[in-house]
Amino acid sequence: MVKVTFIHSDGREETVDGRVGDSVMATALANDVEGIVGECGGSMMCATCHCYVDDGWSERSGDRMDGEEDMLDCAASELRPTSRLSCQIKLSEGLSGLVVYLPEAQL
Amino acid sequence: MSVGHVVIVGAGQGGFQAAASLRTEGHGGPITLIGAEPGLPYQRPPLSKAYLKSGEEEALQLRPASFFEKNCIDLMPETRIEGIDRTAARITACGRNIAYDHLVLATGTRNLRPPIPGLERALDLRTLADARKLRDALPGKRRVAVIGGGFIGLEFAAVARRLGHEVTVAEAAPRLMSRAVSPEISTRFLAMHRGLGVDIRLGSAVTEVTDEGIALTDGAFVDADLVLLAAGVVPNIELATEAGLATANGVVTDARLLTSDPAISALGDCAVFPLTGSGRLVRLESVQAATDHARTIAKRLVGDREVAYTAVPWFWSDQADWKLQIAGLADPSDESVSRDDGAVLRFADGVLTAVETVNDAKAHMQARKLLAGGASARRDSLAERDYDLAMV
Ligand SMILES: Cc1cc2nc3c(=O)[nH]c(=O)nc-3n(C[C@H](O)[C@H](O)[C@H](O)COP(=O)(O)OP(=O)(O)OC[C@H]3O[C@@H](n4cnc5c(N)ncnc54)[C@H](O)[C@@H]3O)c2cc1C
Repeated sequence: MVKVTFIHSDGREETVDGRVGDSVMATALANDVEGIVGECGGSMMCATCHCYVDDGWSERSGDRMDGEEDMLDCAASELRPTSRLSCQIKLSEGLSGLVVYLPEAQL
Repeated sequence: MSVGHVVIVGAGQGGFQAAASLRTEGHGGPITLIGAEPGLPYQRPPLSKAYLKSGEEEALQLRPASFFEKNCIDLMPETRIEGIDRTAARITACGRNIAYDHLVLATGTRNLRPPIPGLERALDLRTLADARKLRDALPGKRRVAVIGGGFIGLEFAAVARRLGHEVTVAEAAPRLMSRAVSPEISTRFLAMHRGLGVDIRLGSAVTEVTDEGIALTDGAFVDADLVLLAAGVVPNIELATEAGLATANGVVTDARLLTSDPAISALGDCAVFPLTGSGRLVRLESVQAATDHARTIAKRLVGDREVAYTAVPWFWSDQADWKLQIAGLADPSDESVSRDDGAVLRFADGVLTAVETVNDAKAHMQARKLLAGGASARRDSLAERDYDLAMV
């Protein structure tokens, strides 16, 4: 199990258990974390699973994927250097404890 | 004013979204979400993609059971609605009546089964139950034949090929995905699939399915141990037709997605609606249409806002390593212009209708923004800037 903490835009925190290999988006949906929509199911066709990776984790969670940047450009909330599509962050043991912030809106 | 009890028939992508969006918009009244299939609402796109390889069913669920409890959405799976009594404003299932204040038809489509002898031997790929059956049947089947060279048939063909099967696709039309994409894109995908070793027979309708394989109109016989039928769908409109609602190739709605009865809306795969701009009546089969329709309906019902549906259509199809992306909606007869980088722009009467790209998120998103811009993008002005789609 990989622990992931989601921090909502109002400061509320939720920590859930994810599985190695699952994306952060799928982990949020499976655990009923509000604030992630994931409309296209992880096909990188929408930008409704936008999140901000905590500074301490941005290196370990990796770089943006091919095309991710172009999708993020269309996200509903402010784009920041730590912005990622959570469907493109795959959980590994090394990511246990990951902290991501959720934007105010996804649509 | 509250809309009261909203009843949604069909618990697929759009039905689920309608229930969820009603709550997001602040609807406080009861919501009943009724679906003929068992289990929790799930997404279909992975059925012809990741699921066939992974077999992971939980990953398909749109939301866990707790979501429906938390949001007070009364989910009734495995319940097929048999009739609508519009005068009494209620629907029936198994002799039981359910009263509604507003009804949303989200019944989707089912596989088209043409009258081909022996077709009962062919498998379908529409529901999770179909996909499970197909996935269980695949191992050990050396030769696989697919009837239909549309998105689902080709996605399946690419997966089956990768799993090591010998694959033949029979398509009655002279080119692949002919209803949805330009001839240029059809040609590129034909070459890609052939390069993978998929045997594609164009202009070849299937005349018979036997235990040994499929017979084609040109007299050829393709040996096959498994046959998949992927020759299109028909919308589930019988409930609407029997209730006297206006139907065509779907349940007819206005720009607000309201049917000919002001207490009934329709959405997604089963709905026919006027396209923004042209006003042409269309029926789309896409996640985008199902979810955007659902949000429009929720806004109207809760906010009492007369919002018209104006979203730009978008669609994708994953075939091997190629992601085909379509922004907008073209008619098969629309003209096409190919850019050097492979993007294909479609035009009708000199106005941009759609852009088709492969693995090019940038151009795809530029096209979505441009098409949403309101002012129509004209061919002559686009030509002046080498068909650059960036908004100026
Ligand atoms: C294999 C496959 C791959 C796909 N890939 C893509 C893709 O890559 N991209 C994309 O955009 N789209 C894709 N689609 C299309 C997309 O899944 C559909 O457009 C979308 O599911 C439509 O949503 P809907 O709610 O209108 O209908 P559906 O999701 O089909 O849901 C309709 C539901 O209504 C139920 N129902 C029907 N009649 C009744 C009744 N009388 N009583 C109760 N329930 C009833 C049905 O059982 C069904 O569960 C794919 C579809 C399939 C099958």
